[in-house]
Amino acid sequence: MKRLPRDNADSLRRITRRALILGGAQAAFIGVLGLRMRFMQVEQADQFRLLAEENRIKIRLIPPARGRIFDRNGAVVAENVPSYRITMVREEAGDVDAVIARLAKLVELDPDELDRARRDLQDLRGDTPVTVADRVSWGDISRVAANTPALPGVTPEVGLSRRYPRGADYAHLVGYVGPVSERDLERIDAPDQLLLIPRFQIGKIGLEAQREDVLRGTAGNKRIEVNASGRVIRELDRREGQAGADMQITIDNELQSYAHARLAEDSAAAVVMDCETGDLLACASSPSFDPNLFVRGISVNEYKSLLDNKYRPLPNKAVQGIYPPGSTFKMVTALAALEAGLVDPSETVYCPGHLEVSGRRFHCWKRGGHGNVDLHQSLRNSCDVYYYEMALRIGIENISDMARRLGLGLEHDLPLTSVAAGLTPTKDWKLINKSQSWVIGDSVNAAIGQGFVLTSPLQLAIMTARLATNRSVTPRLIKSIDGVEQPNGHGDELGLSENNLREVRKAMHAVSNNRRGTAYSSRIIEDAFRMAGKTGTSQVRNITAAERARGVTRNSDLPWERRDHALFVNFAPFDAPKIAVAVVVEHGGGGSTAAAPVARDITLQALYGEDPPLSAYPAKDRGRIQSQQERLRRARPTRDGDGSDRA
Amino acid sequence: MSYLEYTVKTTPTGLRKILFLNWPLALLLTAVAGVGFLMLYSVAGGSFSPWAEPQMKRYILGFVMMLIVAMIPIWFWRNMAALAYATSMLLLLAVEFFGSVGMGAQRWIDLGFMRLQPSELMKISLIMILAAYYDWLPMNRVSRPVWVMVPIAMILLPVTLVLGQPDLGTAILLLTGGGVMMFVAGVNWAYFAAVIAFGISLVTAVFQSRGTDWQLLANYQYRRIDTFLDPSSDPLGAGYHITQSKIALGSGGWTGRGFMQGTQSRLNFLPEKHTDFIFTTLAEEFGFIGGVSLLGLYTLILVFCVATALSNRDRFSSLLTLGIAVTFFLFLAVNMSMVMGLAPVVGVPLPLVSYGGSAMMVLMIGFGLVQSAHIHKPR
Repeated sequence: MKRLPRDNADSLRRITRRALILGGAQAAFIGVLGLRMRFMQVEQADQFRLLAEENRIKIRLIPPARGRIFDRNGAVVAENVPSYRITMVREEAGDVDAVIARLAKLVELDPDELDRARRDLQDLRGDTPVTVADRVSWGDISRVAANTPALPGVTPEVGLSRRYPRGADYAHLVGYVGPVSERDLERIDAPDQLLLIPRFQIGKIGLEAQREDVLRGTAGNKRIEVNASGRVIRELDRREGQAGADMQITIDNELQSYAHARLAEDSAAAVVMDCETGDLLACASSPSFDPNLFVRGISVNEYKSLLDNKYRPLPNKAVQGIYPPGSTFKMVTALAALEAGLVDPSETVYCPGHLEVSGRRFHCWKRGGHGNVDLHQSLRNSCDVYYYEMALRIGIENISDMARRLGLGLEHDLPLTSVAAGLTPTKDWKLINKSQSWVIGDSVNAAIGQGFVLTSPLQLAIMTARLATNRSVTPRLIKSIDGVEQPNGHGDELGLSENNLREVRKAMHAVSNNRRGTAYSSRIIEDAFRMAGKTGTSQVRNITAAERARGVTRNSDLPWERRDHALFVNFAPFDAPKIAVAVVVEHGGGGSTAAAPVARDITLQALYGEDPPLSAYPAKDRGRIQSQQERLRRARPTRDGDGSDRA
Repeated sequence: MSYLEYTVKTTPTGLRKILFLNWPLALLLTAVAGVGFLMLYSVAGGSFSPWAEPQMKRYILGFVMMLIVAMIPIWFWRNMAALAYATSMLLLLAVEFFGSVGMGAQRWIDLGFMRLQPSELMKISLIMILAAYYDWLPMNRVSRPVWVMVPIAMILLPVTLVLGQPDLGTAILLLTGGGVMMFVAGVNWAYFAAVIAFGISLVTAVFQSRGTDWQLLANYQYRRIDTFLDPSSDPLGAGYHITQSKIALGSGGWTGRGFMQGTQSRLNFLPEKHTDFIFTTLAEEFGFIGGVSLLGLYTLILVFCVATALSNRDRFSSLLTLGIAVTFFLFLAVNMSMVMGLAPVVGVPLPLVSYGGSAMMVLMIGFGLVQSAHIHKPR
């Protein structure tokens, strides 16, 4: 078929026309692309650049080093040690099980920890580092590091972990740290970002928890460049955080250790307080536990055995435990009566062994009675009837007022967990809390520290310090924070009559120095360090009439939990009081036998600053004391702290 | 259909043909390919492997192919048009039954030394057959319904097969390319107006039907449309590609972050950074200036193609050259619209720049035909 030239020319003209229209359309579209490019790259450039930065830069927190804690002499109580752990990232690992199997050949993996890690690896986002092994040795870490090519996604990491070189000595005071729990987070309104770091450790109880604000420090951060799968390419810059402030506490390491060792296996508490500053020199609760267990993550069995122990190792008995003060309360009643002017120190009360009050018979501990007793004798011999009589004269409000002036029945401000307020009862209190009106028998019981009266060992030490100084001494636990001395508890004048106080102190001196005193056997021979004290034996049960008829049952015949609490308070030296001591031995029996010797030993240890010479002890006890000293020396941690080999 | 009407005597012969090659066009192609090498070198983190070096080899091979195709007289290619179309159709059918499945779509036949994508061949074959058809068809019949149905069938046959693979990008390219060929050949405006009107009503119907009983698309398809219209609605899922691509592009600014400094591509935020989304790397590293420069090179290529097409008095040559140019334009228009967030993500590479053999071979063969038409044009 021959094409006509005209047809061809027509056709080419049309093609040209259409091609130009098409070219125009193409040019227009390319123009649109160019404009779009301009819009995005010029007008919106800042916005997109920001998005690109957000893509590439991630901010990671740098946990600060936790503030360290030292004792009053600068010895370490809580410190941070490097700890090595092995983490794993699922996305990078690929075949998680195969990598774990290979890792298990290099490092011993804890099955519990591994189970948890497997769960986390499954549940958490694929780019989250999960700890597979914690607290591994340096050897393990270097083995893992040397084999990284075979272990994709596995990273050996170094961090800081808390260590308490003094072990059980500070379990109750300093407490311990542990990983943030869901409950912790719920408790806090606006959690620090740090708390969201997996396994970040915060204070759980004691000083660690109460002064978390000071100890934690502030987070630093680093900006890192990551790729699309979250792998870190490089660190761009870092801003170091502020390490937590170091803290010095008022406790004396050596005295604290001694107190713990001396209390030994008893369920007991002891508080040693500086009369001048209110510094707590020792504050022991026995039995104790190793706080390092909690840092590491305590096992269920270990925790259960702590919970099941009938001596209750977990609570801090020195500040949380409340006990009827028994006869150690008699100074309060005596002073209340003297200050009210309703008794003269030389006035005598006849003690026939009991007192009838509104048809009820109140017994003295001495069945035969003390005969005529004045104030001095009533404290020295701990006559109950004398105080029954005082209660009738002055009433409960006077007694409770005096108790509060001396620091009982109120919550002292200490950075410790659940500091107990105790109880100094009043008529109103009984009406509100028991819906019963006060009866005279309640006053009679309260006068000898029984009935409703409850005090903690800490409060008893405060009471004794105030008796010794006539100042409202308050306890201090933190000596300095970051080198800044904290206000001490010297206190203002209490305003009690010096004459009245002198009578009470003299009687207390007689308790532990007069051969008829209840604590004479626990006296101190060294003249410069003579102590003044008071025994207390507080009943935890009612003595039934039948028991009384049979003769008061001896404590040693009773099951442990029904025996009397043994208490002793003292200050020393008598002439220039330096320290006040309170000791409570739960269900220990008599104050003079179970508590007074402990308090005396601790007092001597505190005053000498080391094991006291045997000459300070009564001659017939020296042999026993010597072997005791040797035994306790072995039981205490060495001066520079042991446990450096503990991982 | 005889080629005797060509003034064969005036056409160059033998190696002299090389002198008559459209050298500016060849240089422009090489320049664009060079941009590709540069970007592939950059996205590999400053390395010729794994992408830049193979791409260079492919380009050299493609250039040689172009020369070979160019040496062969254009009338030979016109006579081969029907055969090429038939072969491509058979291969497309073969892929339907024997092809390998890659990336969720059946696209290529493994020939051992290379993977053949019949759909790529079809891009050229369709242009050839349509050019040959309108070269043969007398002018006065072009707009007659019967003679309009024939090219429509020629276009829809491969489009249906390609859609079934499914390869939406190629289907769009074939459909639009074919349609444009018909337009250029002079088919009456009314047909196009009708098709456009139908298209608009279809889109309206698709959107209106959503959520009703007679919904025209499956739910996931609607979600894809949603993601395209608002990528931020699914930033980590289907919208991820578009979002990241736009971030890379936009963060380039006027002058870009500098060669090999693009954080989006270097840190793997960009998907398919060496293939379909390579333009974003260029835009991120060289900014608006870089992007517009590449756009300028592309425009020059198109201008040279249109110029040689219009200066050619042979109808087949003219139509074929325009067809190849349109295909080339469609590649870059769809790809750039996609990376700039103007069109949904369909797998269309950036011509001569994206890493990949098939598209480059097809384009170089296409430009070979353009060169052949240029060398052998009636003088």
